[in-house]
Amino acid sequence: MTSSASVHNIRNLGIALILVGLVAPLVVYPVFLMKFLCFALFACAFNLMLGFVGMLSFGHAAFLSTGGYVTGYLMTQVGLSTELGVLAGTIVAGVLGFIFGKLSVKREGIYFAMVTLALAQLVFFFYLQAPFTGGEDGMQPIPRGELFGLIDMKDNFNMYYFVLAVFVIGFSIIYRTIHSPFGQVLKAIRENEPRAVSLGYNVRDYKLMAFVISATLAGMAGATKALVFELESLTDAHWHMSGEVVLMTLLGGMGTIFGPVVGAAIVVAITTIFSGGQMGNYIHIIMGVIFVICVLSFRRGVVGEFNHFMQKNFTASGLGK
Amino acid sequence: MKQVIKTLAAAVTLGSALMAAPSMAGGISDDKVRIGVLADMGGPYGDLCGRNCVAAVEMAVEDFGGKVLGKKIDVLSADDQNKPDFGSAKAREWLESEGVDAINGLVASSVVGAVSQVTRSNEKPTLISGAGSNTFTTKTCSPFNAHWSYDVVALANGTVKPLVDSGKKKWFFITADYSFGHALEKVATGVIESNGGKVVGAARAPLGTNDYSSFVLQAMSSGADVVALANAGKDFVNSLKGAVEFGLSEQATLAGLLVFASDTKAIDPSIIGNMRLTTGFYWDRDDQSREWAKRFVDRTGAVPTMAHAGAYSSTMHYLNAVKEAGTDEGKAVMSKMKELKPNDFFARNATLRSDGRMVHDMYQVRVKTDSERKNDHDLYEIEKVIPGDQAFGAQLPECDFK
Repeated sequence: MTSSASVHNIRNLGIALILVGLVAPLVVYPVFLMKFLCFALFACAFNLMLGFVGMLSFGHAAFLSTGGYVTGYLMTQVGLSTELGVLAGTIVAGVLGFIFGKLSVKREGIYFAMVTLALAQLVFFFYLQAPFTGGEDGMQPIPRGELFGLIDMKDNFNMYYFVLAVFVIGFSIIYRTIHSPFGQVLKAIRENEPRAVSLGYNVRDYKLMAFVISATLAGMAGATKALVFELESLTDAHWHMSGEVVLMTLLGGMGTIFGPVVGAAIVVAITTIFSGGQMGNYIHIIMGVIFVICVLSFRRGVVGEFNHFMQKNFTASGLGK
Repeated sequence: MKQVIKTLAAAVTLGSALMAAPSMAGGISDDKVRIGVLADMGGPYGDLCGRNCVAAVEMAVEDFGGKVLGKKIDVLSADDQNKPDFGSAKAREWLESEGVDAINGLVASSVVGAVSQVTRSNEKPTLISGAGSNTFTTKTCSPFNAHWSYDVVALANGTVKPLVDSGKKKWFFITADYSFGHALEKVATGVIESNGGKVVGAARAPLGTNDYSSFVLQAMSSGADVVALANAGKDFVNSLKGAVEFGLSEQATLAGLLVFASDTKAIDPSIIGNMRLTTGFYWDRDDQSREWAKRFVDRTGAVPTMAHAGAYSSTMHYLNAVKEAGTDEGKAVMSKMKELKPNDFFARNATLRSDGRMVHDMYQVRVKTDSERKNDHDLYEIEKVIPGDQAFGAQLPECDFK
């Protein structure tokens, strides 16, 4: 039950997952995997705020789409190499996150959610009307470019390993953040904010910092996603997307490290399986039913329930809290 | 760790087995011809193409005998939800991992724009049966596009020009705010201005708008002679109903620039009766079209639109080309499709130009009033046949793909 055992477990599991990730494209269609990794990173970034600081942002679509549009624009117009394109989108999303954060962290709970939603809607309408985004048509085609100016990313396998690397980097940043003294303070804020204030922490600055990290990584996911599909569209900026990431996080397990990854896998798999054929019409209903079941019967999410089960029966530490 | 290595080994073995499977050597790739139908299945464009486009493609496959060059023909379908990202992701998955050889359906122009990028890089025929933007054979033309049923140029020439010539000079647009609506508005504006008319304003409504009152009020205050509805499907139905409710039809002529038979059927004859519009197909034209339409109605219960008929016709032509070319390899089939002349109940005096534009007769029709209609599907009276070369725009030199 020591925390070092828990860290050890997570490391091992992490290494095993990376190995699985390395061979996965031989078995599964790479574009599907890339989509999953992008959404997993997006959900993990979101979870950093919701699960570890207790801030429900309802505007994360703005960062996903900003990363995508900025990267798409620079790749198309300037012809950057792949890694610089992603970096640029990530940074701009981070800057936007700073602005959003500055304006919203003063508020809490539902008010915080509403402020982020309102700001994200502003961004949505900007992208809807701005000529460079192509409006409803989306921005297309976005070239995937060449990694370091050398490796051609048109090949799905090359692109996959790049996306995997991006995911591992993003995930490591989140992992490191959570397990740092900074992360401890975030959790303290989540548990009891007035107490954290009374201990002398400048809570707003901590929240703002968490917001910026989360937005930056969401932007990184969006930038990568735009390159994977060679397209960026308003779907990513729409508030549905902000809702979908909440769903992924809750399904997988809010406040767990691997929860959002599992949640993203479930959501992406369901949308992919049901998008073809007769079931396509019912996809929103299916998702709704799953969400209701989740809320009614396993509120901790898949990974959360698993951890709870392990703790109760084996007093083991589970997959990281 | 042992477990991990075991999993790894299993994965690698399985992976290499899968990688070795597909082999390409002329003839029919992986012993099947697969046609993917991508359309809006449940949204604003669901009625004009949707499930029944899938049915039309399946009809064509059955009429062809279910097999080409001795290999089975499969039809797949998916809902693109009118979203370019959904559509292009599905198309990519079909072409790259499921061995799909051609894509049909394709309704929302925004989706088609994204899909045709994917089909171009994968070199697969793209049979555009539902969409209208003329950019697929101009600005973003591709050697693999076959734009079948109609386009915005034909609509503007067929519907807009006669109205301007009749003295209605001041125009206002209510436009669907995406590539199709923009293209239609632009082309129609060109026709209006070159014939001495003037555009006094335009309102852009998002795809899937339900309440058109603010757009209709803008149109009413513009003082236009004609209010043109540059939208389609349920958007057209809703905007026309809204315009009539506000009394716009009493002060201006309402012109539907893109009207499918399914839309006409959905609107009360007292609202849409006597409207003049342009279409690429009407079922009650001759015996051949009636015979096909009867089978289609028996199967689906819906009135066939030009998108349904186009989906059948393009599939038939594609399969004929596969048969003649002796392969389903994209380039060879496309050049065969352009060489053969499409000729069926839909395609009259038709040819597939090298830019991918399928040029065929278009029809100016008048919507029948309630008293003229003999049954549910008795919608139009054909007033004039527009020969293809007058209906469609000229070919651009940069879009000459042999």
